[in-house]
This record gives sequence, C-alpha cells and structure tokens, in this order.
Amino acid sequence: MHQLYTAVFEPGFFGSAQVHTAVAIGGLVAIVSAVTGVFTVMRGQSFGGHALGDVSAAGGAGALLIGLSPVAGFVGLGIVGAGVMDMIGVRRLRGRDLATGIVLGTAIGLSALFLHFTTTTSATTGAIQQVLFGSIFVTTSGTLLAVAILGAVALASIAAVCRPLLLSTVSPEIAAARGVPVRRIGLLYMLALAVSVGLSSLAIGAILSTALLIGPAAAALRLTTRVARALIVACVLGVLAVGLGVLLAYDSYYWGSSHLGLPVSFFVVAIVFATYLASGLPAAWAGARRRQLRAGPSAGRDKIAGQAPHEPSAAA
Amino acid sequence: MFAAGFMMNAWITATIVAVVAGVVGYFVVLRGAAFPAHAIPKGAFAGAAGASLLGINTLIGLAVFSLLGALGIGSMGRRGRQDVATALALVMMLALGAAFLSRTTEYEPQIYSLLFGEVLGVSTNQILPVLLLGIVCIAAVAVIYRPLLLSSIVPEVAEARGVRSHRIEICFLVIVALATAMTVPVVGALLIFSLMIGPPAAARSLTSRPGLAMIASVVIALVTVWVAIAAAYLYNWPVGFFVGALGALSYGTGRGWAAWRRTRTTPVTTPRLTPATTERA
Repeated sequence: MHQLYTAVFEPGFFGSAQVHTAVAIGGLVAIVSAVTGVFTVMRGQSFGGHALGDVSAAGGAGALLIGLSPVAGFVGLGIVGAGVMDMIGVRRLRGRDLATGIVLGTAIGLSALFLHFTTTTSATTGAIQQVLFGSIFVTTSGTLLAVAILGAVALASIAAVCRPLLLSTVSPEIAAARGVPVRRIGLLYMLALAVSVGLSSLAIGAILSTALLIGPAAAALRLTTRVARALIVACVLGVLAVGLGVLLAYDSYYWGSSHLGLPVSFFVVAIVFATYLASGLPAAWAGARRRQLRAGPSAGRDKIAGQAPHEPSAAA
Repeated sequence: MFAAGFMMNAWITATIVAVVAGVVGYFVVLRGAAFPAHAIPKGAFAGAAGASLLGINTLIGLAVFSLLGALGIGSMGRRGRQDVATALALVMMLALGAAFLSRTTEYEPQIYSLLFGEVLGVSTNQILPVLLLGIVCIAAVAVIYRPLLLSSIVPEVAEARGVRSHRIEICFLVIVALATAMTVPVVGALLIFSLMIGPPAAARSLTSRPGLAMIASVVIALVTVWVAIAAAYLYNWPVGFFVGALGALSYGTGRGWAAWRRTRTTPVTTPRLTPATTERA
C-alpha cells in the first residue's frame, strides 16, 4: 500500500512549497477560466478567448521591455485588445472572426518587436519561453494575490450581469426586445474575458490559458444542457485537470533516468483534451442507438433491452 | 539592398509566400476561417521543435504537424463546434511542442526565428521546396475553385448543388496546412497569419468580385512583404513587426475606403458578394 502511495505521489509532493503555489494558482485560475469559458463557448468566441491570450502576452513582453509590472502589461493590453475587437465589429459572427484576427495579427507583430528589443538589449534568457508558454512552477506567491483579486473582479462582473448576459448569448433578438443593452453587455463580457485571460496567461502561460478556458467548459456543455450545472461541472473538471497535471509533472521528474521532467502544461492540456474527447461519447452512443432503432426495430430491440434501459445522460 | 545574395533569396521567397498567402488568405477571410489559419501554423511550430529533437528536417516536422492539425480540426469540428475544436487542437499541439522543447537544449534565437520568421536568412536551397509547395497550393485552389467559392459564400446552395461541404472543408484546411509548411520557416509561424488576414480583408472591402479581389489581395500582400523586408533591412527591426503593422494598416484603409464609398454612392442594388445572406439562417 505504501509502495503504491509513493508511486503515485513521489516523495515530497505534499511538502513542496512550489507545488502548493502551483496548485493554488492553477486551481484559482481554472475556476475563473471555467466560469468565463462556459459563456465563451456558448457565444462562440473561442477565437477571441485565445487571441486575447496572445494579445496580453504581447503586453507582457512590452512590460518586460520598459520595466513595468507584468500584471499591468498582461491585463492592460488585453483590455485594450478586447476594446478594439469590440469596436471593429466583434458582434457580427463573420466580422468577429476578422476583427479578432486583425487585432491578433497586430499584437503578434508588437510581440515580435518587443521580444526583439528585449533579447538584443539585455541578455534575458528564457524571456521567449516565459511569454509564450509560461510555467506554473515559476509563479511566485506574490502573483497569487494579484491573480486572486483580478479573478474576483472578473467573476464579480460576470455574476453581476449573469442573466442578461445569458439571454443575449442564447438569443440576442429576444434580449434586445426585452430591453437588454446587448451591445454594452457584450462589451462588458469581452472586458471580463480580457481580465480573466490576461491573468491566466500571466500565471500559467498562454497554452494553459486557452486550454482551461475552452476545454472544461466545452466538455461540460456537451455533458449537460443546463447552464448552472455546466458551470459547476466545468469548474470541477478544470480544477481536477490542474491538480492531476501538477502531480504528473512532479512525478515525471522521477520517470526514467534523465531527470528532465515534462512541463505541467503538457500534462494539463493532455488531460483537458482527453476529457473533451470523452465528453462526446455519451451523445455519440445515444445517436448510434437511435440510428440502430430506426434501422431495424425488431432487430434492435433485443439488443437495447439487453443494455441499460435508461441511459441517464443521453443529452443531445 | 538588392546586391547581396541573401537579400535576393529573401525577395524571391517572400514574393512566392505573398502570392500564396494572398490567394489562400482570400478564402480564409471569405470562409471566416481566421482561427484555423492561426492555429495550424502556430501548432505546426511544435512539429519543427519535434523534428529538431529527432534530428530530422524541420520541413518534415512542420508538414506532418500542420496536416495533423488540419485533419484534427476538420474531423473534430464536424461533431462539435468548430472554434472549440480548433482551440483544443491548437493547445494540444502547443503542449506537445512545450514537451519537445523541454527535452532539447535548443538555442533560443532558433525558436524565435521559427515563431517570428527569419526572412533575411533564407538559403538558396530553401527556395525550391517553397516554390514547389507554393505551386501545389495554387494548383489545389484552382482545382476546387468553383465548389470552394460556392460553399464559402452560400453553403446551403452548395449543398443543394451536390457539393460535399465537409470534404471541401477538409481540402481547404489541407491547403492551409501546405501553405503553412512552406511558409513557416520563412516568415514564421505567427506572421503567415497576418499575411493571410490583412491583405485579403482589405481586398474584400475594395471589390466584391472574387477574381478581382483575389488579384487585389495578392497585390496588397506583395506590397506588404516588400515594404516589410525593405524596412526591416533599413531599420534592423524584425520583419514580423512590419508585416503585422502593415496588415492592420491595409485592413484599416480598406474599411475606411469602403465606408467613404458607401457615403458617396447610392445603396448598391446588385447582389453583393457578402456572406450576410447566409447569416440570417
């Protein structure tokens, strides 16, 4: 038993301060991202959510260059980017795609410039990796406070407009007819998204930021059609993915003899990806059963009677 | 600026890249496929990292990963939302890239050039593969031109006419992947995206005729890269910055021009080539 325990939790896992910080920040960010993500997936703004991560990373590179606090850089440019995206037409479905692309392209150009100056003027090694990938293990507990405060701000602003936001997401026409300021709600949502994505790409890196924003939320929305339930499922999936990912990354240091270890982001993303793929299975099974039933009622009935008669989650 | 051999290589490859980006990018903008056009090159970068880990040609790694990305997005997007599928395929590829990078002791400037491009460092033997892949891309677009155009503008009509939308979608994503594989080593994973979005978007606001818009898109893309290379040569700033900035500038100019023309002329009565009609559904 003890051997199994030490095989799963390599020595020092629970005592490591690094692991504590990583799990605390990762878990916090996972919750904020999951909540924002459910709305992002429902609104079909995954591209925006991902792009804002790159935009805020450009802000981070800029902040690094002029010696500003990274939090200000990440969140600041993210908010500016969200505002510009909204301004040049993030509302219409097709125009949104293009507006996001233009802002993203510009931000990438700026990123190239900032990183060019950073790497030529000072010998900051690892600046590129830090901006692009980030690492959950290098976050200090000082960032924890900033992440907590900004996360709370993002969550509070979404909670404040929860119902009108939901209505304008599901049906903008009905929302407008009911007197919901759809445009302003959309902008507010974009700003909350920018804060959420900015802090997550600062704390855990751009890859994980998108993965935790979209993955758990999309999986949850495939498992249930109720929004409240989807929010809870998304949070649980996100936190579990982070916890398991950190554990596996910690353990991977002991795998093999090279002692190189694999990055946390790799494990978390792999778990999120697998979860998303698995979340499609219930619906696929239900669909297959329906097709079978339609194809041959007499042939299919025995088979179905043999299986569980009431599949609980046959969410279409 | 023109005498040095490496500058000549830069001009030639950049011209090929701009022509391909102008043509493929037109369809990217028309189909609203900016996210896959961003995700495939960015994810393919991981393939380059993997190839350098295994010690094989980077171009092979790029081609394999960009094709995998395109097929993954195509098949996952069929079942669920396409933007979700794209996002998850992208992060999965990037995570693999991060895992590869953690195993190598790759020199950092090399990563930088893979992401942001090293157009001024193109060697002569890189030109031929770029040219071949470029020809393949343009030929593929030419072959499926009509069904691709129809399914991009009015998907329902295309379906009714017997066009297999999903198959066209996969073909299109593969073309984007090919364009990616050839351009990433030259202009970088992140900047091919700017080139595929800015010039075509500007071209579309100039004219609504597909043929004309495609030509305009190629011309704007050519001007963008030429100016970017010249500016990068003169100021020693990264090419990528100029490509990104000029892309945004041309889009802004196009939008401004379209808005100005709208206020000057009476409302257009001929059916215009916009996807607006399909959005109502």
